Amino acid sequence: MDLYEYQGKQYFARYGIPVSPGGPADTVDEAVAVADAAGYPVVVKAQVQVGGRGKAGGIKLAANAEEARFHAGNILGMDIKGHVVKRVWVEHASDIAKEYYASFTLDRSAKKHLLMLSAQGGVDIEEVAATDPDAIVKLHVDPVEGISSAVARQAAVDAKIDAEAIDGVADILVKLYEVFTMGDCDLAEINPLILKPTGEVHALDAKVSLDNNASFRHPEWAEFRETEELDDREKLAREKDLQYIGLDGSVGIIANGAGLAMSTLDVVNQVGGKAANFLDIGGGANADVMTAALEVINYDENVTSIFINIFGGITRGEEVAKGIVEALRRVELRAPIVIRLDGTNAEEGRQILADAGIPESKLISKPTMLEAARAAVAIANGGN
Amino acid sequence: MAIFVDQHTKVIVQGLTGGQGRYHGLRNRAYGTQVVGGVNPAKAGTDVDGIPVFASVAEAVVTTGADASFVAVPPPAAPAAILEAAAGGIRFIVCITEGIPASDEARVFNTLKRDFPNTRLLGPNCPGVISPGRCNIGITAGEIAQPPIPGKPTVGIVSRSGTLTYQALYELKLKGIGVSTCVGIGGDPVPGTSFVDCLEQFQADPETHAIWMIGEIGGTAEEEAAEFIKAHVTKPMAAYIAGVTAPAGKKMGHAGAIVSGGKGTAQGKMDALRAAGVQVGLNPTEAGELMAGIVASL
Repeated sequence: MDLYEYQGKQYFARYGIPVSPGGPADTVDEAVAVADAAGYPVVVKAQVQVGGRGKAGGIKLAANAEEARFHAGNILGMDIKGHVVKRVWVEHASDIAKEYYASFTLDRSAKKHLLMLSAQGGVDIEEVAATDPDAIVKLHVDPVEGISSAVARQAAVDAKIDAEAIDGVADILVKLYEVFTMGDCDLAEINPLILKPTGEVHALDAKVSLDNNASFRHPEWAEFRETEELDDREKLAREKDLQYIGLDGSVGIIANGAGLAMSTLDVVNQVGGKAANFLDIGGGANADVMTAALEVINYDENVTSIFINIFGGITRGEEVAKGIVEALRRVELRAPIVIRLDGTNAEEGRQILADAGIPESKLISKPTMLEAARAAVAIANGGN
Repeated sequence: MAIFVDQHTKVIVQGLTGGQGRYHGLRNRAYGTQVVGGVNPAKAGTDVDGIPVFASVAEAVVTTGADASFVAVPPPAAPAAILEAAAGGIRFIVCITEGIPASDEARVFNTLKRDFPNTRLLGPNCPGVISPGRCNIGITAGEIAQPPIPGKPTVGIVSRSGTLTYQALYELKLKGIGVSTCVGIGGDPVPGTSFVDCLEQFQADPETHAIWMIGEIGGTAEEEAAEFIKAHVTKPMAAYIAGVTAPAGKKMGHAGAIVSGGKGTAQGKMDALRAAGVQVGLNPTEAGELMAGIVASL
């Protein structure tokens, strides 16, 4: 789950990382009130999860209440690359002497945590990595040992951070590592991390991506979920506890297992179709799960055919077939189903489907993944 | 022979008294696996369908001589269960638990590496391992796996995905091709056992004649496998990579399956494997046919 900048800053603040005084605002009046409290000049920043906010006019400096009102009015409701701004973050504007970059992620290849630190912040770090790779210090941190102040300090020296900022940067690195580990982040990034003319170091931006697997020990994440950008289909799937990702094609996909679901998308694509979604119903495929899955697919108006791809392992073919027949009784579908049922007792399962008396206009059974994909795509494309 | 587990492997189940552990533990025993004990401090001295329950892994190991453990406990308890198994003297740990935080996985992996270098962890979030006809630890349906057929070539399977592993086992069974061992390494960001670990073992295993590898988008494990294959694997290989059409930035079910920053794409992985001499199929069935062709030529 990706956090908005203001949420990331609030998350940073919990772990003692200094951020500018400020607050979120949903209306112009709120924005002005926050600006008054933060002290002028202020920066008004659009809260959207997309890069290039500044260039799009979503970040503005305001010297007084009048300007804050003007900019907040412009930015709230603004469309930035398809994201409508519903909230702004208003904070006291900082004087900037230097801009740095700092982040922690997991290096899956090394199976250790990775610190990236650069004296060249404020710009796209991928660009720095491409044009001047030596400007980024990359340091592996053993997850068992963590990062000590001494190691953080040495990293700052190696990254050629200005002498007066070394202590401040090292302190923030240790705290950022706490955010990353105790806060269970996939990514904790500060860009820019700034040095003020007064010698203080603090986070001017916050990019935080949380590890959803850790939500069981973070009840405080509930508030972040409320603001997550999900389309209606994804919201419905979440309510039903399904692994669903909305896409923009016309073939609705239901499969058991993430790998098989990905593979189903691929095969549909290979035979000239486009998937409307990714949906993994997991190992079991009983009537309740199948009903929920079909309801989510059915909600999507773009779907003109549905491809159910099930491989029975421990869940036997006849159980899967019974689940589908029962689900079809419960849900009135807008599009026909093509099913490929294979694996343990697949033949018995197919017999149950054949005996259920469902007309071919509603349910077609094919023995292989490829044949089923062709049939589903033919229906989807014919419907256009 | 087989890799990791065979008919001599003695398994304890951590979580045997829970729903998942009981269900799969008893299935594994019914398959013929030597399931010699379970662990639950609160239920020590009782039994699950005749399998004794011990207070700790250490006690179970001393009493039963177990050398492998099947961890089937919920995410909050799994890291401690894995480390307890290692400290208790277990050499091979299979963890099927889905949903363990990445920070815990990284900590467990590096703790094992430092303190228990002779213990191997398979998973988490994996279907387990099966050496057909000899030993099955995990959630694989044993009946879809073809045991080796004397006098005929056998295939080793290694996969990041559960259902695609079953698909591969099933395709080989339909074609009458035996499997030495099938290893599901799991789809999480920090797997205890990597493709390279399995390829190394398959290459050294005299019973394995060819290797089928199933990868998916995300990370660089397949690229690292390709490097290893180029340098060390002489046995013929087929492969399939899932997720060619997955959009960037979206996690496809597995925590590990995500394309980010242009890295970890299916195309890049397929290119790397082809360059290493691996025959790559564009879907699981095509990969199965390529494998059948390889076996026919042996």
